[in-house]
Amino acid sequence: MNKSVNLSINGTRHAVTLDDPRVTLLDLLRERLDLTGTKKGCDRGQCGACTIILNGRRVNSCLTLAVSCGGAEILTIEGLAQGDVLHPVQAAFIEHDAFQCGFCTPGQIMSAVGLIMEGQAGDDEERIREGMSGNLCRCGAYAGITQAVRQAQARMNERERTGEAA
Amino acid sequence: MNQFEYELAPNVENAVASGRSNGAVFLAGGTNLIDLMKGNLVRPTRLVDINRLPGLDRIEFLPDGGVRIGALVRNSDLAHDPKFARDFPAVAEALLSGASPQLRNAATVAGNVMQRTRCPYFYDAASACNKREPGAGCEARGGHSRLQAILGWSAHCIATHPSDFSVPLVAFDAVVEIDGPQGRRDVALEDFYLLPGNTPERETILAPGELIVAIRLPAQAALFAGHARYLKIRDRTSYAFAVVSAAAGLRIEGDRIVEARLALGGVALKPWRARAAEACLMGRRAGREEFAEASMLALQEARPSGENEFKIELARRLVVRAFERTAIDNTARLSPLPASIVNLTEEIQR
Ligand SMILES: Cc1cc2nc3c(=O)[nH]c(=O)nc-3n(C[C@H](O)[C@H](O)[C@H](O)COP(=O)(O)OP(=O)(O)OC[C@H]3O[C@@H](n4cnc5c(N)ncnc54)[C@H](O)[C@@H]3O)c2cc1C
Ligand code: SF4
Ligand code: FES
Ligand code: FES
Repeated sequence: MNKSVNLSINGTRHAVTLDDPRVTLLDLLRERLDLTGTKKGCDRGQCGACTIILNGRRVNSCLTLAVSCGGAEILTIEGLAQGDVLHPVQAAFIEHDAFQCGFCTPGQIMSAVGLIMEGQAGDDEERIREGMSGNLCRCGAYAGITQAVRQAQARMNERERTGEAA
Repeated sequence: MNQFEYELAPNVENAVASGRSNGAVFLAGGTNLIDLMKGNLVRPTRLVDINRLPGLDRIEFLPDGGVRIGALVRNSDLAHDPKFARDFPAVAEALLSGASPQLRNAATVAGNVMQRTRCPYFYDAASACNKREPGAGCEARGGHSRLQAILGWSAHCIATHPSDFSVPLVAFDAVVEIDGPQGRRDVALEDFYLLPGNTPERETILAPGELIVAIRLPAQAALFAGHARYLKIRDRTSYAFAVVSAAAGLRIEGDRIVEARLALGGVALKPWRARAAEACLMGRRAGREEFAEASMLALQEARPSGENEFKIELARRLVVRAFERTAIDNTARLSPLPASIVNLTEEIQR
């Protein structure tokens, strides 16, 4: 039973034909659209490596069926930078050495982007750690991750403030 | 994962009709269902996707002070709704103490209430489990029992219900609105869940095809707004299921308690309402001794189902702590670490 699904991924429209309803959004991205930046860790909703932004919210793509995403707008790690200019969260991760092996990093970054959009954490390390708790890092880069999120958020807020003033 | 038919339900009527067929299940956020299907632990032959059902994603504040939460409202949207969090702080706190932000963004309120047990033997397809296969036996007996029940269990099943959200809902008399082949009905959440008895495979009163359309909290629940908390003991501060948890509410006039609410999580196959404990606090002072007495009553019938006797004393102490924190006016003060036990003096000062 074929089902076709229209998706916008990183601003590009895709008409995808699914021959199997079991395909998750994660497998669709990685195996069928060659967008391998999104990682598969546990494949069961526990590690956060597969985090993407779906219709403006961070979710685990490994527990989302692609067939259920008709009309969705998706943002993945590949769509974050503007050409060669890194997104503030990406830049802050480099600046703060917020990774070691890098496997969890795309998920961490997408989760941080989601956290900043949600605007619930403020400049509070405890709330940032709690807000990032859905992303595990086997290398234990948590200290750098917390600082990177904090700084990226401050810069983005600042940019928004001065942008509005201009 | 087994093969299945996928169907996007356009309205409640169609969802109910399709949900009735053999082997059909509803798909909401998918965060529990897809996980279980990946483990071959549930094998539905038809998925009825309810995500596009019109009108079920609204939070309606009722004129009398209660609230009606549509079945598809996402866990994070409910917890972060400012009015909801103000009127029902223990419910918001419980939601934010469960799962992770990503999961809460996808998870619906009905899916949360309907989530299956986290018994490690239920989760292992190679273990015997009466819930998955009636009559197969229960490998949890004599096994790892940290997460298993101390109340309401039977020889056939000793599992607990893992939902945090459901615990304050039961404490504050939430009602489940159901639509189904026989029409609509309302059931108190406390009566919605079934204890295991001889039929641990039957978990709720839902009949085939019946769909949760909303969850209601009565106006009375909002009267506890200034004194309501959810506390959760777990193996990590964040992103772990409850070993034991407690939702507590107090209405205090002068120096007297005029009404108390208490439900426990992580102790039984449903949130455990402790009515004897509530009754003993009526007209009393909000003090440690009184709370200790209530905690003894709350766990009066508890008995270990394995090597988990520690949970009985742990739950008693948690009840005392939960009421102590509840007695402090908690208006507009959500902890940065929801449901965690932080230093009491710090909390009073904050
Ligand atoms: C890693 C991890 C950690 C977690 N930690 C916690 C935790 O600490 N605390 C906690 O409480 N939860 C926790 N959860 C569970 C999470 O809260 C649930 O998975 C989620 O709430 C389920 O909601 P859903 O909409 O995704 O449901 P789905 O997965 O879509 O459905 C779950 C079940 O509900 C049924 N259903 C859904 N909607 C309806 C309806 N309207 N009427 C009738 N039946 C319906 C489905 O058929 C299915 O059987 C965790 C989950 C994961 C994966
Ligand atoms: S305790 Fe219940 S869920 Fe766990 S193995 Fe036994 S029957 Fe299954
Ligand atoms: S791969 Fe999705 S959460 Fe681990
Ligand atoms: S950088 Fe290696 S897992 Fe996080």
